[in-house]
Amino acid sequence: MPGADRKPDHFSGVCAVTTIDHAAELHKAGANVHGKLATFVFYCRRHPLGTVGGLIFVALVFAALFAGWITAHDPLATNAEDSLAAPGAAHLMGADVMGRDVFSRIVYGARISLMVGIGSTLLGGILGVALGLMSGYLLGWVDLVTQRVIDIMQALPLLVMALVMAASLGPSLENTILAISIPLIPHVARVIRANTLSLREMPFVEAARAIGMSETRIAVKHILPNTLAPFIVLATAQLGSAILTEASLSFLGLGIPEPYPSWGRMLSESAAEYVRTAPWLVIYPGIAISLAVFGTNLLGDAIRDILDPRQRS
Amino acid sequence: MRDLVSAGTPTPQPAAAPVALLEVEGLKKHFPVRKGVLGRAIGRVHAVDGVSFSIGTGETLGLVGESGCGKSTVGRTVLRLLDPTEGSIRVNGKDITRLGKTDLRPYRREMQIIFQDPFSSLNPRMPAGEIVGEPLAVHGIAQGAEQQERVAALFERVGLRRAQMKSYPHEFSGGQRQRIGIARALALNPRLIVGDEPVSALDVSIQAQVINLLIDLQAEFNLSYLFIAHDLAVVEHISHHVAVMYLGRIVEYADKKTLFTNPQHPYTEALLSAVPVPNPKIKRAKKILQGDVPSPVTPPSGCHFHTRCPYAEARCRIEAPALKQLAPGHLVSCHLR
Repeated sequence: MPGADRKPDHFSGVCAVTTIDHAAELHKAGANVHGKLATFVFYCRRHPLGTVGGLIFVALVFAALFAGWITAHDPLATNAEDSLAAPGAAHLMGADVMGRDVFSRIVYGARISLMVGIGSTLLGGILGVALGLMSGYLLGWVDLVTQRVIDIMQALPLLVMALVMAASLGPSLENTILAISIPLIPHVARVIRANTLSLREMPFVEAARAIGMSETRIAVKHILPNTLAPFIVLATAQLGSAILTEASLSFLGLGIPEPYPSWGRMLSESAAEYVRTAPWLVIYPGIAISLAVFGTNLLGDAIRDILDPRQRS
Repeated sequence: MRDLVSAGTPTPQPAAAPVALLEVEGLKKHFPVRKGVLGRAIGRVHAVDGVSFSIGTGETLGLVGESGCGKSTVGRTVLRLLDPTEGSIRVNGKDITRLGKTDLRPYRREMQIIFQDPFSSLNPRMPAGEIVGEPLAVHGIAQGAEQQERVAALFERVGLRRAQMKSYPHEFSGGQRQRIGIARALALNPRLIVGDEPVSALDVSIQAQVINLLIDLQAEFNLSYLFIAHDLAVVEHISHHVAVMYLGRIVEYADKKTLFTNPQHPYTEALLSAVPVPNPKIKRAKKILQGDVPSPVTPPSGCHFHTRCPYAEARCRIEAPALKQLAPGHLVSCHLR
């Protein structure tokens, strides 16, 4: 697309060619975008895929918040007459073997997915940031011990670790969040530690020391805010995988217990038995999981590009 | 704006007061070189290897030398941002060499630093006004509106606008950022400011402005500067005394005029002959040094400079020369003088 539609802004047309190029460059760099809304629109147009991801995420949040308002059926209400009803006017996405409305269960399932996703990312994130900051700023034996513990944690695959956690703690919403958040800690701690290591050598940290600022205050006021961008990048990227892990755990029967609607368990309940006779029981939860993970990943990628241009691959 | 040459070419005053503001004696800073899993020290970098000097009130000492000669380490050790290995640092006659964190705090108000890189020396996530106000907050000097007012005054003093207090560092140019750094250093009303190559990252036109600002501030607040630089023209402009460092040691110390007109150490001679002269018609016999600075991990025996010295004799390789007085206030560390 040529720069024909781009106005040369406030530059006069005296040297038209160069001014248009200059303005276009500035525009590309986002330099002449002012105001919060304009900035938002600018980034949306620059990251169309991220916008799609953002819309999916907003839809997910909307579904979670207004589940009761969207759906006509109680997600927990059983009805023997509607058992395995095909999608139609009464049940938009059909009904399961107990006659529960699949659409309602999927909409309510967004609540579980989001609660687990956001809850575990926040919990793991906060603990990871604290550990990483401490480890990278204090160094010495604190760093040595923390890093070895993190090495051990990282040696176990995320799903296996969550499995062990969930199995030993027992299935419940809180335990699922906990089980998913713990394998997240080493990831976050590693990134924050690496960032802290480079930040602590910056002259502005030395300046703070020359002022007589205490080490704790330096870590909180000067280091922590500068690690925020990589943390947000990591957190949005982890959101999708947390949702997926919850689905996997529930699929394996270790996640959210009955009767709460979890997408993962909706799949596992019906996968083997009804995939031929009532495929809507498998297809719709599957689509819900895929869309949610796909959407948060696209959003995460866009946020990474916006906040941390150096990591762009 | 005053031009560079007339801008207070200050007459070097021999320090009349018996107690200098800053006295450094036999300062050494060695960094261990660690290797392996256990971090065993396998050697040490002799960054600063026995340096002594003093700076009087309202005086500027220019510290020059090649990169890696330890001049920045001297500045940081004097401020106790690094702990000295040996030697003593006295501020106003009070020894601060081994003071703990809390005892050191009052002395932090007396000594501040201006950094070389105007980009990494300011926290990118903090508004400029907050950066300058931070020292006031940390020392509980001023809060709220009073702090805002003092910061605004500092902004105006260093040539920034009060309205710029809310802007973030990336919205400023290099020269403006350096002014923010200067305002931060001034906030505590220090008596000594260590300038760690404060202008070498700036454009030449901006360099003159910042140097003149520093000279004006010195006159106004009776500040002392430890001015670290490798640009001799800048050092000649701002300093009263100049110390030349080579591989962790001071090789020559004199007042500015003597050093620039009558250098005695072969290294100083070589440095001065490398200064570009803005007149292509002047032909000079350049003394170009051969080779690189030797490693500070294994410094040469005897005189550190003997490996590159055009006049080196046998004893230069064996015996380290002491810093001896040639004339009052002119110290040289060379066997041949």
